[in-house]
Amino acid sequence: MFDFLDKYDVLGAFWTTVQLTLLSAAGSLIWGTLLASMRVGPVPLMRGFGTAYVNIVRNIPLTVIILFASLGLNQTLGVNLGSDKVDTTNFRLAVLGLILYTSAFVCEAIRAGINTVPVGQAEAARAIGLSFTQVLGLIVLPQAFRAAVVPLANVLIALTKNTTVAAAIGVAEAALLMKEMVENEAQLLAISAVIAFGFCCLTLPTGLILGWVGKKVAVKR
Amino acid sequence: MSSVLYDAQGPRGKRRNVLYTAVFLVAFAAVLFWVFQALDDKGQLEWVLWKPFFSGTEAYSTYIWPGLQNTLKAAALAMVIALPLGATLGIARLSDHLWIRVPVGMIVEFFRAIPVLVLMIFGLALFAQYTDVSSDDRPFYAVVTGLVLYNASVLAEIVRAGILALPKGQSEAAMAIGLRKNQVMRLILLPQSVTAMLPAIVSQLVVIVKDTALGGAVLTYPELLASANTMSGYYGANIIASLTIVAVIFVIINFSLTSFASWLEGRLRRRKKSTGAVLGVDDTVNIPGHAGTGTSA
Repeated sequence: MFDFLDKYDVLGAFWTTVQLTLLSAAGSLIWGTLLASMRVGPVPLMRGFGTAYVNIVRNIPLTVIILFASLGLNQTLGVNLGSDKVDTTNFRLAVLGLILYTSAFVCEAIRAGINTVPVGQAEAARAIGLSFTQVLGLIVLPQAFRAAVVPLANVLIALTKNTTVAAAIGVAEAALLMKEMVENEAQLLAISAVIAFGFCCLTLPTGLILGWVGKKVAVKR
Repeated sequence: MSSVLYDAQGPRGKRRNVLYTAVFLVAFAAVLFWVFQALDDKGQLEWVLWKPFFSGTEAYSTYIWPGLQNTLKAAALAMVIALPLGATLGIARLSDHLWIRVPVGMIVEFFRAIPVLVLMIFGLALFAQYTDVSSDDRPFYAVVTGLVLYNASVLAEIVRAGILALPKGQSEAAMAIGLRKNQVMRLILLPQSVTAMLPAIVSQLVVIVKDTALGGAVLTYPELLASANTMSGYYGANIIASLTIVAVIFVIINFSLTSFASWLEGRLRRRKKSTGAVLGVDDTVNIPGHAGTGTSA
């Protein structure tokens, strides 16, 4: 029943999914934190940019962003992100699209975390003469991140599932392999079960572990 | 919160702000310039490529409107089917009977752990192998099936959270006057929680609208995103222009939905008559595996 497993590289496809997830997670955590800092900062132009970015990007389907990266950036404008191989370029374009999209949600998760920090913390920090960067970097963000672990875990789980959108530009990850398998083999239920099991293995533990970490590191108030 | 993070700016702070603004502007302008030049180099700013969208309505009536109709049709149908299904699952998950609560919980968790695209691909093959739905209709059925399976489980969690958000006194008082469990749910809890979770349901619509685009990109369902490809073929390789217009339409639809949800939430929170329990747009952030407004694809 599961003999199709010998013909196809299921583990390899899921490894691509994991790579897409981890690279995009790292990138969007950085860009998302920067966006959140802009949105709470004192410079009006940056605040406006952050707000506009988040509102625009999270209302566009990820599929449109990733297709734009491939059809627009790569095939029309000739941006190949430093690689001559089509597969590598598509992989990098997918990571770029995922970072641009996910960072909007990371920004909102961090901002929600910032809102849980009591006003007194920032007031006390200002009272001892810290500047905005110091208030944010030394006092508020460290506490905000601890409160944001669970929302960020949800973003990470959604990101893991969103990597399947890379199938739209031919990145050889789990959903594309599934499509190929169900078209060529007559074992729909077994194939779907394997793919579903793979995603459960990736997403369910992430939620459980980070949920536990979130409780562990939360600031008791 | 943002205003407590920094003091009112003095003369030096103001000067620094001006400096940061200038640096940011220069960087932003540099990026814009690079994009402009890249577009210009490849002739992507030629008026011919953009003309279909700004003069005449042919592009809209022939390509965009039919695509948009298909997008809205799939999204609306998926919502209409997923809502009662999700409500049933959500209530079943609150059941006092272990043999209902546990299996339903597993179903809900299972479908939320799986990408919606995988469910759509499964649906497409399912209809191809086990039913006689014609191959033209299959993508539509598959898209709706995938959306329903995923969103019913998300809505189940929203319904559950909406019911749990009501004050305990509501069900206690209902039981005290002798209502049965089913009456408590049907007459007391559900009507109140429906208003409480309206904002969350509206913002889930955004997720559904965005996910229909997957059907266009992977399953050949002729929705709005797919119409960009068709237009690019017809009007001569103007994929950048077409995708930009499609993205703008998506932003307009989804931004209106998000704003409507926020307005609804504010209105419900201000209302004095209710119990004050509102499941807001951002509250869905706390539902595991679901990151608020539309992180699924």
